[in-house]
Amino acid sequence: MTMDEADESLLEALLAGEHRALARVISKIENRSPGYRDLVSELYAHTGNADVIGITGSPGAGKSTLVDKLAEAYRERGETVGVIAIDPSSPFTGGAVLGDRIRMASTVGDMDVFVRSMSARGTLGGLSTATADAVKAMDAFGKDKIIIETVGAGQNEIDIVRTADTVAVLVPPGSGDDIQTLKAGILEIADIFIVNKADREGADRTVQELREMVHLGEESGLAGSAGHHGVDAMDGDGVNWGDVDESGDDDADWTPPIVETVATKGTGVDTFIDELGNHRSYLVDSGTHAEKVRQRYAEEIRTLLREDVHALLEDELADSGGIDDLAEAVRQGETDPYSIATDVLAPVEACVENLAADADDSSAE
Amino acid sequence: MSSEQEAESIRCLVAKVGLDGHDRGAHVIARAFRDAGFEVIYSGLHKSPDQIVQAAVQEDVDVLGISILSGAHDTLVPKIMDGLEEYGAKDDTLVLAGGVIPDEDREGLKDDGVAAIFGPGTSIEETIEFVRENAPQR
Repeated sequence: MTMDEADESLLEALLAGEHRALARVISKIENRSPGYRDLVSELYAHTGNADVIGITGSPGAGKSTLVDKLAEAYRERGETVGVIAIDPSSPFTGGAVLGDRIRMASTVGDMDVFVRSMSARGTLGGLSTATADAVKAMDAFGKDKIIIETVGAGQNEIDIVRTADTVAVLVPPGSGDDIQTLKAGILEIADIFIVNKADREGADRTVQELREMVHLGEESGLAGSAGHHGVDAMDGDGVNWGDVDESGDDDADWTPPIVETVATKGTGVDTFIDELGNHRSYLVDSGTHAEKVRQRYAEEIRTLLREDVHALLEDELADSGGIDDLAEAVRQGETDPYSIATDVLAPVEACVENLAADADDSSAE
Repeated sequence: MSSEQEAESIRCLVAKVGLDGHDRGAHVIARAFRDAGFEVIYSGLHKSPDQIVQAAVQEDVDVLGISILSGAHDTLVPKIMDGLEEYGAKDDTLVLAGGVIPDEDREGLKDDGVAAIFGPGTSIEETIEFVRENAPQR
């Protein structure tokens, strides 16, 4: 991979710790400007040092406020922080109002907290790729902790949060119904549950409900990677896991803790940080971290390839008369989407087959 | 490299600076910019020039719109411009000012690096058009 001179100096400036360069690199990633791929692939060599934390939860749960307090607490401990705050964009105009910054007031004036707002532009898992790449940029820049904040709704959001090592899900009190919906997707991705606004009425009950849900999930194999243990392993008292060889890692499974916080006052933030630390040690000690990272890279490779192929096909599509005409043909009953897909793909498939045939020929010689 | 479809969007920071608490105008502009397809970051009220600079640099905005109705533009705007310069962001950020700014102050602000000043009565279309035409190409 080669970069042009401008990108070269941009990369150097980023590695030297220039904020403006980091900001510019993230823009390039977001815009997919020419050359961004080479830039990101160069970044990889300098990554791997940051802890990546994902925070999600319904709108108004207090994510931004908690992120703000979390960043402040990390700063007090002498760690540098990067925040990526993702807000939805309008599906009609593509415009967006990115408002998370307003709530991040404790750390303004401190350039070592780098807050970047991103909007959910683009499609096809593009946002999770952009987020993952932006995380890489912050990591290479030298941030110790990187926090991704996003509204927890839909698959897209879950994909984004998956780019984090540890995922915290915020649950506001008194949201019995919300917990019901959480069950569907978010229970599986939560490493830590946070009942924010814990000074409100109903907080105790929410904690109770979550606790029951976590235990239920454990028994039925819903929570985390707990799916593979048998009844016997569950019955073990958990202390003697040292002498049971084959089920060694099973007993070390992670049970999502439930942390109560009042983000506006900063209550519970230290406990939250402790749990984040615990989860981090668990990941490393159990070897889950390596597994997670591997999965993440596999997913990144797939997404990139999907995007590339998609772009190739867009050109093919244009050659076949453009998507609008094709769609109209389907509407008129002249053809159907499956036939069109086959036709559009035909030249590409032919190409690939030719290549394979060529390769066979040359190896036969 | 075939997947490099352009997904560029104009990024704006709409900023309220100083003690002025009138944010209706800023809200209207933020909303209008959003509807025009821009990405808008709103600073919130009562920000210091340093905070505005920090946000503008970190967010790498193309456009910085400063709304001031307190009359303190002559002290606040130069501080913001100096801050942008410090981070090497002054030259390629389009800085706009809006609010109550007397005619006699306008030249001074333009000398500081403000590209345009939109006073009361400016149509929103005019502002959006100006941003579209003048947003820096990077």
